[in-house]
Amino acid sequence: MKSFFALFALVVGLFLSCSSVFAQEVTPDALIKKVTEDVLTIVRQDKDIQNGNTKKAIDLVETKVLPIFDFQRMTALAMGKDWNKATPEQKKRLSEEFKTLLVRTYSNALTGYRDQMVRYKPSKMQSGDTEVLVRTEVLKPGNKPIALDYALEKQADGWKVFDVIVAGVSLVTNYRDTFNQEVRANGIDGLIKMLVTKNNQLDPGKK
Amino acid sequence: MKIQIRKHLFPVAFAAVILSGLGGCATTESNPNDPFESFNRAMLAVNDGIDVVVKPVAKGYDAAAPLPVKAGIGNFFGNLWDVLTAVNNLLQGKGSQGFSDIGRVLINSTIGIGGVFDVASEMGLEKHMEDFGQTLGVWGVDEGPFFMWPLIGPRTTRDTFGWAVDSYMDPVWHIYNDNIALRNSMVGVRYIDLRATLLQTDKVVEQAAIDRYIFIRDAYLQNRRSEIRDGAGDVDCKMSRCY
Repeated sequence: MKSFFALFALVVGLFLSCSSVFAQEVTPDALIKKVTEDVLTIVRQDKDIQNGNTKKAIDLVETKVLPIFDFQRMTALAMGKDWNKATPEQKKRLSEEFKTLLVRTYSNALTGYRDQMVRYKPSKMQSGDTEVLVRTEVLKPGNKPIALDYALEKQADGWKVFDVIVAGVSLVTNYRDTFNQEVRANGIDGLIKMLVTKNNQLDPGKK
Repeated sequence: MKIQIRKHLFPVAFAAVILSGLGGCATTESNPNDPFESFNRAMLAVNDGIDVVVKPVAKGYDAAAPLPVKAGIGNFFGNLWDVLTAVNNLLQGKGSQGFSDIGRVLINSTIGIGGVFDVASEMGLEKHMEDFGQTLGVWGVDEGPFFMWPLIGPRTTRDTFGWAVDSYMDPVWHIYNDNIALRNSMVGVRYIDLRATLLQTDKVVEQAAIDRYIFIRDAYLQNRRSEIRDGAGDVDCKMSRCY
């Protein structure tokens, strides 16, 4: 538990790569490994990010990581049944705001990266699978390894991540109770407003 | 005799807090899975109040102690806890893990100079983390309602009992029992060390969470369920069907 949030930190940063290069022929574990190694290499070399330059970390995540995430799917999963109550316009706004929240949080967490190593576990994927869990472990000497798993779905333009599970905690479902409660109290628009307010608080330009 | 009484003082005091907490708390029905939510939210506020004092100490420690010192302190207490991990792995029927943990303790206590160096990990004996709450879970005990306790933080009912048993067995309380001042210092240092390891976590939670209480509660519950399965996926659910 204690280090899992710190691990949240790594999550988004671990995806620095452009999916179009790989397109479909690349396997999900190869994709995760490539992106993870690319990100770690950059963070290890970038003193600004290590010293807490969040803006730089956000740039990195936005340009390199975002393409392999499916934020609409993530938002839908985080909301559960409430997702179907939203209009297409609301869905778009929800996904945008949720994306902003996750990117800001995880970019910032990336700045806490120190000397961890990542181990890739063999995947149990079978040909024809359209969903797969790619399992990795983050190792830090003297600590129990922390599981860092990625759920991916095969889409027309390649494999996309729709959940990240840190030490058994799904990043997506961890928001569900909060979202459901807000929708129950103030409707879909209430939830949008809640996300906007949260994002404004986090805006690095306002600090 | 006097020592015996002192040794039990903390768990007893803790039990008193539990009882008073349960008795004094009106349950709200907003979330059937969290009947003590209003009590828990109040306790989170209490913990935040305590943390006003604890966090700066942990920050000072984190900034002042060089990395090897912090690693040594973490390893030292980790080695003592490995004893409990070994016992719990054996109680859960995981013999090979349990014996590996015993090997870790033997190696780290000797070659690792009293546990300060985690030589066993370098040798390929991987560290595990087990506690009595997980053992109860493996045995099939329900987790029960969720609680936020002062000082010790989030626990399910099952994990609260597990925590009490772990505290009773805690090597730190036994080994240093002849010297109360030393023992208390050890417990204090361990607490600060643990708090220091959570500093980075705080920052992330603060940024990620919209409702901090719910975020902590749900993350705790998901993490514990996964730990009881030793990280294996939930057998009842396959990928998107889990959602």
